[in-house]
Amino acid sequence: MSIGTFILVSVIKIVIALFVLLTAVAYSVWLERKVVGHIQNRWGPTRVGPFGLLQPLADGVKFLFKEDLTPPHVYKPLYIAAPMIAVVFALTSIAVIPIGNWVKIGGLSIPLQITDVNISLLIVLGVTSLGVYGVALSGWSSNNKYSLLGGLRASAQMVSYEIALGLSLVGVLIMAGSFSLRDIVDAQGGRFLGFIPRWNIFQGQIVGFLIYLIAAYAETNRIPFDLPEAETELVAGYHTEYSAMKFAMFFMAEYANMITVACLATLLFLGGWRGPVFGPPILQALLPVFWFVAKVFVFMFIYIWVRGTLPRFRYDQLMAFGWKFLLPLAIANLMVTALIVALKS
Amino acid sequence: MVPLSYYLVLSGILFACGVTGFLIKRNIISIFMSIELMLNGVNLSFVAFAAHWHALSGQIFVFFVMVVAAAEATVGLAIIIAVYRTRETLNVDQVNLLKL
Amino acid sequence: MLHLILFLVFGAICVAGAVNLLVQRHPINGALSLVVVMGSLAAEYLLLGAEFVAAVQVIVYAGAIMVLFVFVIMLLNAGVEERTTGSRVALLFGVPGMLIGSLLIAWVLISRSGTEAVAVGALPGPPRIMGWLLFHEFLLPFEVTSILVLIAIMGAVVLAAKPPSTAPTPRED
Repeated sequence: MSIGTFILVSVIKIVIALFVLLTAVAYSVWLERKVVGHIQNRWGPTRVGPFGLLQPLADGVKFLFKEDLTPPHVYKPLYIAAPMIAVVFALTSIAVIPIGNWVKIGGLSIPLQITDVNISLLIVLGVTSLGVYGVALSGWSSNNKYSLLGGLRASAQMVSYEIALGLSLVGVLIMAGSFSLRDIVDAQGGRFLGFIPRWNIFQGQIVGFLIYLIAAYAETNRIPFDLPEAETELVAGYHTEYSAMKFAMFFMAEYANMITVACLATLLFLGGWRGPVFGPPILQALLPVFWFVAKVFVFMFIYIWVRGTLPRFRYDQLMAFGWKFLLPLAIANLMVTALIVALKS
Repeated sequence: MVPLSYYLVLSGILFACGVTGFLIKRNIISIFMSIELMLNGVNLSFVAFAAHWHALSGQIFVFFVMVVAAAEATVGLAIIIAVYRTRETLNVDQVNLLKL
Repeated sequence: MLHLILFLVFGAICVAGAVNLLVQRHPINGALSLVVVMGSLAAEYLLLGAEFVAAVQVIVYAGAIMVLFVFVIMLLNAGVEERTTGSRVALLFGVPGMLIGSLLIAWVLISRSGTEAVAVGALPGPPRIMGWLLFHEFLLPFEVTSILVLIAIMGAVVLAAKPPSTAPTPRED
């Protein structure tokens, strides 16, 4: 297609993706409060709108109108830049995540992905590793010992579990033979034994999936690994000195990271948008998107379920677990997968 | 189309900035960062030549440069921490006696 | 044409970041401008078609090594550096010297080389071929660098560990 059409289609895709992602972030907050509330035998938000569905809107208005206080003792350039860095890198990785098959609109074949590069998985990993800066810089620039400790702990934890995260994905890469996320989903087609879909989680990557799950909880600073932002431990960790919109940006960054990690898990382990497809062409274009969203929702629900259920790790237990257990397990998973693939071919 | 010499000039500028930083800075961590800048300039010229002569070995070399830079940064920063513990300063001009 | 514009844009960001590293007196600002330099270098590698190297540059260099630098700056509480006589002398002689040297090299490079251009995405470098090369032709350097990294880890742990405290225990009167 011509360059003008390409730019127009890309801009439309970017606007839609951003809108959907930000709404998803807001409603995942609602989902978390409802689910954790029900686990704790209470209702969660019910007053604002039916089932509390307008609660995110109320929260957004609250954040906009709160006083945006900049304490005098902070290092201003980095204090203001750190939440922006966190949000920008959290929202960027949506650019390479495909949510469905190719659709034909008006004679053009458009992939449901903002851009399809050969190395999309590496781009997501790279953007995740750059997200550490937002946390570390916010902790340091607040000039406050609780923030500094929280920031250092959070960034050390994120860097340590990134390794196990990356290694757990290499098993999938060996089986798919490509870094492109679309190719990895395409390699999970078909069924074996007639009814079990050929998703990677059923094709022997169950250990990889579990390692990815645990590393993802640590990477996004969620329970059971959320010591850096636990209120009883470090006041509020690296976002102690932040109020109003900047705090909301950290919040958004955390939930956007969760959604990105959930999308990646469905693409790599749960078969992406693959599922029963039937009906007229319009339904055939929309059903893969529905399956993708359903799988991401299941993953997010597991996230929130674990949050409501488990206690948190102490920091030294956390680091020992990441380096002494998870990393050797990921390497062992990689070696076994490589051996099996090499023996098969 | 971009001639090869443009890439080499950019690489040279980065290397020169790295050397300048190495000479004029007095904070030991800034000196270290200038060394990393020099290594990055060299990486760029490796990749440019690899693209020019269609030889993929240039990119492999870039891996090795990155790995060596990582190892060197790790050990160097550990040395800096050890020096800071005894001398209490990060200024290279003040770390000029073998024994305190 | 677009190639030239993109090259110039990212090249300008690179040079601006490098000069900012020289100008800034607080090391944390220097570290962040170095991250900007590495990011724009990753974009330059993409223009040359080295996509895997660009991704590795972002993940390893900008996302791990520079995070290590930022940690150390935060831990050691490095402050703004002061101007001493030595640094003034170095500024006076170093900066013009390097300017003249780099202009000389740039002039030689541009005048002596031909106008053959490097095409966008010149290299057919899917990671598969690079993996093949890494494990066949460059196997020995690969293994040696893995041992090097192991040695670096052990060295860093030993060097940065707290020395065992030899303070006498307080008497209880």
